[in-house]
Formats: sequence, structure tokens, C-alpha cells
Amino acid sequence: MAQIVIKNIRKEFGSFTAVQSSSFTIEDGEFFMLLGPSGCGKTTTLRMIAGLELPTSGEIFINGQEVSQKPASQRDIAFVFQMFALYPHMNVRKNISYPLVSQGMPKAQVKAKVEEVAQILGITALLDRPVGGLSGGDRQRVALGRAIVRNPACFLMDEPLGALDAEFREHMAEELRALHDRMGATTVYVTHDQLEAMQMGDKIVVMNHGVVEQFGRPQDIYDWPATTFVANFIGSPPMNFLRFDGSVAAGATEVALSGHSVAIPQTVQPATGALILGVRPENVHLDDTAPLRGRILAAEYLGTTQIVTLDTAYGPMKARISSNTGVTLGDQTGLRLDPRAITLFDPQGRALLSVANQRVLAHG
Amino acid sequence: MSFSITDPSRRQKWIAGILVVTYAIVTLLPLVWIIATGFKTPPDSIAYPPKVFFSPSLEGYVNLFTSRSRVTPEDLAALGPPTTWYDAIVRQYDMVITGPSRYGERFLNSVIIGFGSTFLSVFLGTIAAYAFSRFKVPLKDDLLFFILSTRMMPPIAVAIPIFLMYRQLGLNDTHLGMILLYTAVNLSLSVWLLKGFIDEIPIEYEEAALIDGYTRFQAFYKVVLPQAATGIASTAIFCLIFAWNEYAFAVLLTSGDAQTAPPFIPTIIGTGGKDWPAVAAGATLFLVPIMVFTILLRKHLLRGITFGAVRK
Repeated sequence: MAQIVIKNIRKEFGSFTAVQSSSFTIEDGEFFMLLGPSGCGKTTTLRMIAGLELPTSGEIFINGQEVSQKPASQRDIAFVFQMFALYPHMNVRKNISYPLVSQGMPKAQVKAKVEEVAQILGITALLDRPVGGLSGGDRQRVALGRAIVRNPACFLMDEPLGALDAEFREHMAEELRALHDRMGATTVYVTHDQLEAMQMGDKIVVMNHGVVEQFGRPQDIYDWPATTFVANFIGSPPMNFLRFDGSVAAGATEVALSGHSVAIPQTVQPATGALILGVRPENVHLDDTAPLRGRILAAEYLGTTQIVTLDTAYGPMKARISSNTGVTLGDQTGLRLDPRAITLFDPQGRALLSVANQRVLAHG
Repeated sequence: MSFSITDPSRRQKWIAGILVVTYAIVTLLPLVWIIATGFKTPPDSIAYPPKVFFSPSLEGYVNLFTSRSRVTPEDLAALGPPTTWYDAIVRQYDMVITGPSRYGERFLNSVIIGFGSTFLSVFLGTIAAYAFSRFKVPLKDDLLFFILSTRMMPPIAVAIPIFLMYRQLGLNDTHLGMILLYTAVNLSLSVWLLKGFIDEIPIEYEEAALIDGYTRFQAFYKVVLPQAATGIASTAIFCLIFAWNEYAFAVLLTSGDAQTAPPFIPTIIGTGGKDWPAVAAGATLFLVPIMVFTILLRKHLLRGITFGAVRK
């Protein structure tokens, strides 16, 4: 059980900076997601927590102890690799017992521990099989077994479901989350799949180009993105961006788009220049009386909802509306934006603080 | 009749079969001839036309392992009847056995030098290859090229400098000298071969072991080495074949204490006429260790032990 604190951590490979001065805190028992596109530094960050890479600068605290320059074996952590990395020359039982043997645990105790873990994961029948012939899911379970058998302070997982079939991934994700809830150990989980991150995580860090873009609860990040990158990366389809030139004063409750005004949550920060108004597709409603006009280009049917693509003066926009609403391609219609769910971004792509999002964004 | 793109047709199978059998005959015939000659009598071994069918004799093997000298018929009669079967063979030619030949010692020299240098090449090659594969070695590519460049000329081209050097160092005709020499020649091959094999082993295995609480050396020893067994086995076979069969340096640098079997076998011809069966017997026995070694390690050459453990 452990709290992990990352302070100003930085990693350079030669002239390439993989992680730039990142800081965040993982609370004890949290299921924590490191999310970002490939090459964003999330795996490097995880490997630095594990001790497989040493940071160029910065500090890592596991349970209050500074470990950034310590070898992996002294950090009391378990790592689950994307490719499982089961020792191929050993059977399932030996694979799972390997971390215990290295601690010099007596044989009888190792046997009991392994049986117990196998029971939890439902792989008792596989214990004496070689790892070579196992299915992807079973190999994943063995890799998990090897991780949990030691009762480590925390689990680090590098896209553990990435090598599984889509169908099985869903199932394994549930199993993993249930396992975490049962063990209560801090888990740090790397993924590039935003759905997986939202579905499983207590908290998410979104990284891009080695920089932490935002960190917080999934719903906070979804509703109140700190940057246009986060707004675009999370959510499918992503947030709509309406680009306009203008200015907003602190305390404003509406912004002037060309020719009409749009109500927004009361702003706290002023801004001027090439601003961006962001709104999630589910907060765009079709309403003939609204001044913002668009022509319906396409409608994707998704069961209970449909995604309607509209051509507007600000480029294509998407609205997620009920499937019961009939739409006709080519029709002109009005778009009403839910004033409670709008985020304004400054010219650098950072969200402007408003009364709605400052609770989420004010802490940094 | 159904056709498949991937399966060979009947005719292709026949052609492949004929090619393989032809190749086997071409390569195995000299071997069969040597083994057969070892069991012929000297007259049979030089008979013309060559005898394919003959009554086997152990004369060659007796001559290989013994020193003999000719005695007068009177002395022979005085000795009384032969006491052993090999005495009986020798006495047909008015000869008596005076003691064992040097073949045993030379064979033992070959074993010490061959396996010693093989062990050393593979041991040094494995740790060097591991370092090249896993660590940031300054000038890595240049070093690897330099190592390979030692193979760009035939080793015998440097025979004279090596001979002079060995004379200064007192390594002439010593086991250590020959082991060092064969190791030096084999090392580039072993580093390159093993680097290829170790590169193939995913680094995650070692990382998993490091996290499981092992030191880097333990991770190397317990995880990498078993994975590299296939590569180590095949490298060892190549190194042993070279060291075992090497002739030119052995002739040049050894004459007594450390002489290996290859330069010794031809000298058998000189003692008591052209004794081809003894030479053939020496060559036949010389084949055995390397055949056994290869057969023992064969399963490592064929088995893909990492199959399925890492999903690529």
C-alpha cells in the first residue's frame, strides 16, 4: 500500500526529452491511469517509477521514501508488461513463484502463496503447464499472478491489455478492476486508449510530448479539459472547437461570435485574440430557433444516440442527439450550445478559468 | 487433384528428395570409405580394383594403438604362443608389440585443446555479446567491426608472427598456447553469432527479473542464459569443429607435448610401410567425439524454446 509522489521528474535520451518536468501524486489505493498518444512519455514515466529507467532529474517518493535512483528490486513494486514477459523456460507455477524464491521464502510457504494466488485468478488447473501453450488471457493472468504474489506496495502496468483481442480486453479490464478493488493496492496503469482509461481509472494523467496536460478524475477531465489537446484526445467524437477572434473580460457571461452571442459560464480570466470555444457533441442541441446555423452533412446511428455532422460557419461540428430525433441530410438547422458546458481556450490552447471549471483546474 | 500454393507438388517433392539423397551420398561417401578402410587389412586397403566387400579385420586399430618391432622367426618361436588376440594379429608379420603408441596422448591433447578453447570462446563470447547487446558501449559499432575484421584474412596468414611471438613467450607446443590461439580465432565468430541470438531475447525478461528482486547478474544467469541456450549450443559446435579439425597451426606450433591428433595421424603412415588401415582407424576414432557432441546438442539447435511466450 503506498502513496506515490512524482516531483518535477525529467528524462532525456541524448538530445531528446521524453518527459519534461512532470509532477503528480498518486494516492494510496488509487487506480491511476497514465494516458496519452504513443511517444508521449507515459511509458517512460512508468518505467521511472519502476526503476527500469533512472530520471535525469526530479524525485519519486514511494510511501514517503525517495527512490528515484534506487534499483527496481529495492522499490517493492510489481510490473506487468504489455508482452507479459513470462519466463518461457519455466512453467506457470515457477513463473508465479519466481519473485518469492528471490526473497528466500521457504518452499512450503511459496507453494501455499502460489496456490492462493492461482485460486484468486482461476488458474489453478494451469499451474503445471508450460507458459508457451497458454492463450493470451491466461498468460495475462499468469503475469498478474506473478505481480500480486509478492504483495507489493504498488502495481505498475504497461498497457497490459494491449496484446489481447478486443473482445477479451473488455472482460479482462473488468477482471483487473475487480482484482484491484479486492487487493486495494495502488495501481499505475499506462494506456493510450481513452475509453479504457475512463472506464477503469480513479484518476487520469493525460500526457502529450512529455508534458502532463491534465490530471484528475475521469469525469472532471472529460467535462473540463485543461487544454485543447485533452479536449480533443478524450471523448469520441472529440470536443467541437469553434475558432473566433474576439475578447472576453473577467466576469463575462457571454461571448460574441460573428453576429450573435453565445452564453458561457461566467469567466474568471480575461483573454483576447484567436480564441476557441469548445463544446462536447452531447451539449450541442438541434434547435431551429438558435442563431448559430448549420447544414446537416451526415448522421451516424449508434443505437440510442446518433452523431450528426453539421457544416457551420466555424467548420464541421458534431452533435450527439437521441436517435428518436429525425434528421434529414441537407437540412439547415439551428444549433443551441448548452451554456453550462462550454469551455473557452486562450490562443495557446489553455482553458480559461470560469466559475464552472475553476474547481477542477485551479489546483494546477 | 487439388492444387495448393504452399504445399509442394509430388514432382517437387521427388526432385527435392533426389537432391537431398545425392548430396548425402557425395558428402558421406568419403566418410564411409574411411570407416571401411579402418577395418581392412593393409593388402585389402590398397587392392585394385578397390574392394567394396572384404572380411573385416582389426589390424588397423591394433597398429594404431601399438608400437611394434620386427623379430627373427627363431625369437618369435622362443616367445611361445601369442597370449592375446592382438598379439596374434601382430605375429602374422613376424612382429611383437613393444608398447602403446602415442595416439592416445595426441587424442587427449585434442580433447583438452578443442574443448578448452571452445569453452573459453563461448564463455567470453557470451559475456561480450551480452554487453554489446544490452549496454551502451562507446564506439560499439567500430568495436564490433574491429572484432569481425580479424576474420577477414585466413588465420594462417599471421602464422609467422604468431610463431615468433609464441617462441618468445614460451607458448610453443603448450596446451595453453593452443587454447589461446584457437580462442582468439573463434572469438569473433562467437561474439557475432551470440549477439544475434541475445538481441532476439526480449529485454522485458530481464526487466521482469530485476523487478522480481534479482540482481543484473542473476537476471543474466537465470533468465538470459537459458533463453540463449540454442545460440550457445550452435556457437559451441562451430567453435569446436574449427578447433578440433585445425591442422596448419597444429603442425607449425606443436610437435610433442601439446601435439593434437590432426598432425599426428599422417605420421602413422611412416611406421612399417604404408599403413592405410591404421591411418583410417585414427581418422575414424577422431570423428567420434565431434559427432557425439553435435548429436547431444542437436535438440538445442532445433528447438525454438521461446515459442509463444512473448506475443509479437
